[in-house]
Amino acid sequence: MSTLAGAGRRKHARLGWNLLGLLVFLTAGFPLYWMLNTAFKPAKDAIDPDPSLLPTGLTFANFGRALDIADFWGPVGRSMVVSLAVVVIGMVVGLLAALAISRFAFRGRKIVIVGILAVQTVPLVAMIIPVFLLLNDLGQYDRLTGLIITYLTFILPFTVWTLRGFIVNIPKELEEAAMVDGCSRTGAFLRVVFPLLAPGMVATSVYGFIQAWNEYLYALMLLSQKNQTATVWLGNFTTKHGTEYAPMMAGATMMAVPIVALFLLVQRKMAAGLTAGAVKG
Amino acid sequence: MSAADTTTPAKVPPPRQAPPPVPDDRRPSGQHRPGGTAVPWLLLAPCLLILALVMGYPLARLVTLSFQKFGQSQLWGFQPAESVGFDNFAKVLGDGEFWTVVLRTIVFATGAVVLTMVIGMALALLLQRVSGWLKVLINIVLVASWGMPVIVATTVFKWLFDSDYGVFNALLSKLPGIDMIGHNWFASGPEGLAVIMLLVVWGAVPFVVITLSAGLTQVPKELEEAARLDGAGSWGVFRYVTLPVLKPIIVMLTTLSVIWDMGVFPQVFVMRNGHPEPEFQVLNTYSYDRAFVVNDYAQGSAIALITVLLLLGVVAVYMRQMLKIGEVE
Repeated sequence: MSTLAGAGRRKHARLGWNLLGLLVFLTAGFPLYWMLNTAFKPAKDAIDPDPSLLPTGLTFANFGRALDIADFWGPVGRSMVVSLAVVVIGMVVGLLAALAISRFAFRGRKIVIVGILAVQTVPLVAMIIPVFLLLNDLGQYDRLTGLIITYLTFILPFTVWTLRGFIVNIPKELEEAAMVDGCSRTGAFLRVVFPLLAPGMVATSVYGFIQAWNEYLYALMLLSQKNQTATVWLGNFTTKHGTEYAPMMAGATMMAVPIVALFLLVQRKMAAGLTAGAVKG
Repeated sequence: MSAADTTTPAKVPPPRQAPPPVPDDRRPSGQHRPGGTAVPWLLLAPCLLILALVMGYPLARLVTLSFQKFGQSQLWGFQPAESVGFDNFAKVLGDGEFWTVVLRTIVFATGAVVLTMVIGMALALLLQRVSGWLKVLINIVLVASWGMPVIVATTVFKWLFDSDYGVFNALLSKLPGIDMIGHNWFASGPEGLAVIMLLVVWGAVPFVVITLSAGLTQVPKELEEAARLDGAGSWGVFRYVTLPVLKPIIVMLTTLSVIWDMGVFPQVFVMRNGHPEPEFQVLNTYSYDRAFVVNDYAQGSAIALITVLLLLGVVAVYMRQMLKIGEVE
């Protein structure tokens, strides 16, 4: 009898938790929903002081308007070039460094690890003034290369640390077995470690790409208006008539959807890499 | 070496023994090879080189700048930058506005971190208790909002809280006795910063929930059962079993949140259309304002340097935690 009552109570509790969960789902998802809702609704419905919470119609006019207001594909192309360059350079350089600190024991290893971690905590905003002056001196102001070099400083420490996490999870014994069987150290890495590391590298690259794509302050400061990137394009989204919110949300949607999709793909892998071993502390 | 030793003439002092192996050298002997210590440094070289150029040099420049007089004429090279000692710091620290900004930043960051951690923990625990389908739905929403570019999220919040057509005012006004249509949330600093704090928390909670959820799966079920058998209620189990197990993750998340929330910039900057009003300034926008609006690069640098120093304590805790994690190999 008592077990039955207990089950019933548990069922009630579950219902309560689910209602609370549903509320969380609606609240947390609302900003996303409202962005999409506004982007696809006729512009005149967007300036209704008593807006309907449900979609009022489906139109792509806002997207057309967003593309008209200012050049969209130019900034997107520049963001693409910068992000891809940062990821490619960052992965090559980062992988070498990650191998060094995860597979070799050498004097100074600990200092290097501490250094790389420390670099990660330097607030980027604090660096904007000297970086601006440095690039100004080097003649790299308003050049994509200047921005690429700058982004490497925040992509690299993160890449090294994450790849290190993936590498230490690959048992050393596998490599050693390959070396006993006659592989050189490089051969053992290419044939044994690399294939196992590939998924982690893909996830890290995608994550790095997103970080570079989303950066705002440096893109704003180091490039002039005619060379702006996608985030700056959206951040400056105003017209002579003030802010037109419906096209702005269309622009936001165009910026967010590909990035969110990429993020959904790699998030699980990254979360595993970032927190591996964290509980054992 | 040993072959050479036997031929050494007797009057030469015996060669010193090879240095004892480094105690923490855990490599299997098979990996000792000529140039063994050069290889890791060669692998590290490109990374260290880039970091030294784009991180080390500017960091050093940040320090020297904050001890110089550096304005518009120094930027264009009309005048050499001359050292002024601690003048910039004296000016900054003697300025009442600076202390207001510091206080505002600390209050803002504290509020954001506490909200983020409490809501994050509550949601992680809630996720353990809801049905599977709902858990999947909430996870999708959380990851999607986590992945939202900050600038996109900021523009969306700007729209949600728009005074005339924002949906938030419309929804509030649906409540009986409240008329918020036309209410401008950004007319006053505290209200506007509250909205910005909401934006920051909304963006930060998913990472906390997902990381804590992963941690919760590693809390041993037997421990919880044992605590329950010993008469602990839900709160007791949470306080004496769950929290201690999760402590390393919580420390890491809290320190990271402090570092991030003290460094909030684009949210304030874009929300205020690139010109934050005085009552919206936080340390980072203030430093930016001094440097690029007032064109006093030296004072901006001094403020940035003070911000870095303020965060050092938090950073130390974070680094200790990360190193502990890093040692689990």
